[in-house]
Amino acid sequence: MQLVLEEVGYAYGDLPVLDKISFSVAEGETAALIGPSGCGKSTLLNLVGGLLQQQRGRIASHGAPPPGCLNPFTFVFQDFALLPWRSVAGNVALALEHHRLSRAERDGRVAEVLKLCGLADFADALPKQLSGGMRQRVGIARAIAVKPAVLLMDEPLSALDAQTRELLMEDLVSIWGRERTTTLYVTHNLAEAVRLADHVVVLSRRPGRLKKIVGINIPVSERSKPEHAAELQNLHDELWTLIKAEAQVADREMLDV
Amino acid sequence: MSDAQPLTVAFRGGGFVVDMRRWAPWLAFVVIIAGWEAASDTGLLPALFMPAPHEVLSALYALLVDGKLFVHIGASLWRIIGGWLIGSAAGLAVGFAMGIFVLARSVGLPVVAALFPIPKIALLPLFILWFGIGEPSKIATIALGVFFPTVVSTYSAVDSVPRNLIRMAQSFGLTTRMIVLKVILPGAMPGILAGSRISASIALILVVAAEMIGADTGIGAFVLAAGNLMQTDQLIAGVVLLSLLGLMISWLISRVEKALLRWR
Repeated sequence: MQLVLEEVGYAYGDLPVLDKISFSVAEGETAALIGPSGCGKSTLLNLVGGLLQQQRGRIASHGAPPPGCLNPFTFVFQDFALLPWRSVAGNVALALEHHRLSRAERDGRVAEVLKLCGLADFADALPKQLSGGMRQRVGIARAIAVKPAVLLMDEPLSALDAQTRELLMEDLVSIWGRERTTTLYVTHNLAEAVRLADHVVVLSRRPGRLKKIVGINIPVSERSKPEHAAELQNLHDELWTLIKAEAQVADREMLDV
Repeated sequence: MSDAQPLTVAFRGGGFVVDMRRWAPWLAFVVIIAGWEAASDTGLLPALFMPAPHEVLSALYALLVDGKLFVHIGASLWRIIGGWLIGSAAGLAVGFAMGIFVLARSVGLPVVAALFPIPKIALLPLFILWFGIGEPSKIATIALGVFFPTVVSTYSAVDSVPRNLIRMAQSFGLTTRMIVLKVILPGAMPGILAGSRISASIALILVVAAEMIGADTGIGAFVLAAGNLMQTDQLIAGVVLLSLLGLMISWLISRVEKALLRWR
């Protein structure tokens, strides 16, 4: 599905955090949302996913959801949000249990996404037994089990160490290679944005305004090739120049609380 | 630096380790009881006020033989279980409502704060007027004593379920009822079980107090009667029974915790 945001605004009480954000994400594309901390990236994601009440502007999606879609707007959370008392398979099944699926169909979906995410051998493990990277793989498996139309990823790799992050980025690229889901990917990590996104949406510091949309024309699956390294590095530097000054100001800001 | 002594660091990270010696508690019990026995035998402890351990044991044995042991334990257990179940069920329901619904919380918190500090045994005379001298007044006292701590522990257990798990469940479209059953109830279970440990010990205190005020059977009544007749061996035997009863309850709850909280 195509995702369209028009003049979206949001304020927490008197504190405006988003101001007239307009952009769209085409079917099957990935848009990365970057900006200095406190610029409202996660707020925007929660508005799109219906976890926050919309205040101003319009958020709409166009086109038919993929066949078998149970939850069109589906989150992957920074802190994984796994139920510690459920096994890996049980956590994935939680997203399916309240839908009209036969038991065989449900078990089939769970087994399929666990295999796709490299979790087939861990189906009965509890979250506490898994590394951070494996926990987030469970979060990703749970999200794709409902065959979402739009995937909303809220800093999905930020709680992981650098090496695990690299591994999971490769996994994400290969998963997206199979099922191209429209994705909105919030991150503060420019390397992730440059590696994974078709478009990078740059927001200014609070109140977040749209600063620039940077398109990346190299196909996601080819970005690890050495011949693209220089161009991607340039993009990375360009994005950093765009947000550096604002990040410095945001860093020195004191909150009125 | 070349002429200086090479610097070495002596190990300084020892001690402050959480560890247990398995034999130590048994040895402590043996020493305490042997010391007690010796003090009684040498006349250091006057037999009139403090019986020797072997006299307590024979009092327990006599109770076991004439069957009174089971009458008293049975009466006390029945009151504890009845009162604890009623109080816990009501407390769980109210605590859950207060944890989930804003209105229930707004009304419940001040009401609980006002009624919680009342020593519930003070209400036994009122319950005797309402329900008569029999079992219902004792069970009502225990139920009320169990109710308030259960409300408080259930409410804070529900409140401490991580918000991000609830938001996750909402983002996957689970209904409120399913969120309560699949996320909040299991997430609050550790706090609820910790609360039931406290409420069980309150039930034990209240059953003894209630039986001392008006009952013919039960361990509390037995201890009081023994005191009135200066039968200190029977009195201490009753106290030992209470200690064993408390240990048994706490062991039972540990078993439930082990079974339900394997994921921790």
